[in-house]
Amino acid sequence: MLIRYLSQVGKYFLMLKEIFNKQTKWPVMKSLILKEIDDLIIDSLGIVCFISFFIGGVVAIQTALNLTNPLIPKYLIGFATRQSVILEFAPTFISVIMAGKMGSYITSSIGTMRVTEQIDALEVMGVNSLNYLVFPKIIALLMYPFVIGISMFLGIFGGWLASAYGGFSTSQDFISGAQWEFIPFHITYAFIKTLIFAMLLATIPSFHGYYMKGGALEVGKASTVSFVWTSVCIILFNYILTQLLLG
Amino acid sequence: MIEVKNIEKSFGDSKVLKGISTVFESGKTNLIIGQSGSGKTVLLKTLLGIHAPDSGTIEFDGRVYSDLDKDEKRELRTEIGMVFQGSALFDSMTVAENVAFPLRMFTSDDRAKIKERVDFVLERVNLVDAHKKLPSEISGGMQKRVAIARAIVNNPKYLFCDEPNSGLDPNTSTLIDNLIQEITEEYNITTVINTHDMNSVMEIGQNIVFLKKGLKAWQGTKEEIFRTENKDIVKFVYSSNLFKKVREAYLKG
Repeated sequence: MLIRYLSQVGKYFLMLKEIFNKQTKWPVMKSLILKEIDDLIIDSLGIVCFISFFIGGVVAIQTALNLTNPLIPKYLIGFATRQSVILEFAPTFISVIMAGKMGSYITSSIGTMRVTEQIDALEVMGVNSLNYLVFPKIIALLMYPFVIGISMFLGIFGGWLASAYGGFSTSQDFISGAQWEFIPFHITYAFIKTLIFAMLLATIPSFHGYYMKGGALEVGKASTVSFVWTSVCIILFNYILTQLLLG
Repeated sequence: MIEVKNIEKSFGDSKVLKGISTVFESGKTNLIIGQSGSGKTVLLKTLLGIHAPDSGTIEFDGRVYSDLDKDEKRELRTEIGMVFQGSALFDSMTVAENVAFPLRMFTSDDRAKIKERVDFVLERVNLVDAHKKLPSEISGGMQKRVAIARAIVNNPKYLFCDEPNSGLDPNTSTLIDNLIQEITEEYNITTVINTHDMNSVMEIGQNIVFLKKGLKAWQGTKEEIFRTENKDIVKFVYSSNLFKKVREAYLKG
């Protein structure tokens, strides 16, 4: 069992090496990157905006409802919302959701290409199929911090709306709290995490799609396994990076 | 010309190819036939480099495949065209984009030149009105013709076809067979076809290799297949009454 896992990890790193070998011609690669930006980044914006806005609101309401002691200032609602959204919700929680959305899309699209022999066709033609299929996804996901930036903004904005218009605090209190004790490094920390998660989001689902065996049923299974492993890796790296950067 | 020398290939304990040696000649349609599980597909995939043989060598016009480095192997693959059983067209691309793909990847031709070449090969496979259609919008026979167009667009030296007639009606099958033979002779390509369609054998079998349980059991032309007394091939080819009668008629002259 352990040997099987280790062999998979080894295979994953060999895949990473192969992705950067023998580059596809730039004019072809450029169009692939633009297509991936559209499929992975632009298509994810709607769901990210929706979730961020409402979860931000819920975080603010939950915080407000738990601050029952009248001695605790109301501006802490803004402070707690900002910290939760910037440090964990936007980079980590959204990435786990993206492991489901982007991850299953990547695994199923590459897995279907494997099942229908399209990857064999690329290889037989002399194309480095890993570079052709995975490299544009890695480059496209360099824009992932942009998505997380929007998520941070909308999360705090949703918290402000829920708090101010739900009667949990005044608008001024929330804004003061959101600015209180602000540490710019927290943003850096969040974006470092985001970039690492982007790499995981591009490569782990690709690995599961590329090396899958079987037919249509296995494509579905590979998507599920890919979601589980991408989420596990995101959570593990979240812990390691938090310990390294903030601990 | 492709020369196969003593190829062996196993998967776990199962030995699929047991020392096959043969020659696939250029300008001819070379057919690999045999029952399911005889090793046809494994032999084809080994020729393509998808499977590495356990022992033996494959020579492409004197170039020993196993002696080539990674880049040389990729270079050699640009000289290969492949028609897959399920066509393996890229779903997200139109017919014209599928055919243009090898040119975009491996040549520095400008758009106009690529378009000219794509128009030419699509016309060659009798597909003049399908440029902008997606693979899902055309029939199985048309998909096969697009796959052939994509395989020959780069002027390959070697053309491999895996069951090119599977799932096609008899008319379209004959059309595809004739197309492959014409292209093979016209461009002097070494064509290797993996099939168990006996119509194809009778139609275009210029060099037929019959596999049985991982061994080469017989080799000859479509004319020789009528006269052979080899029990294995007689049993395999003439399992249907129609072909038995065709053989009897041929032998009677």
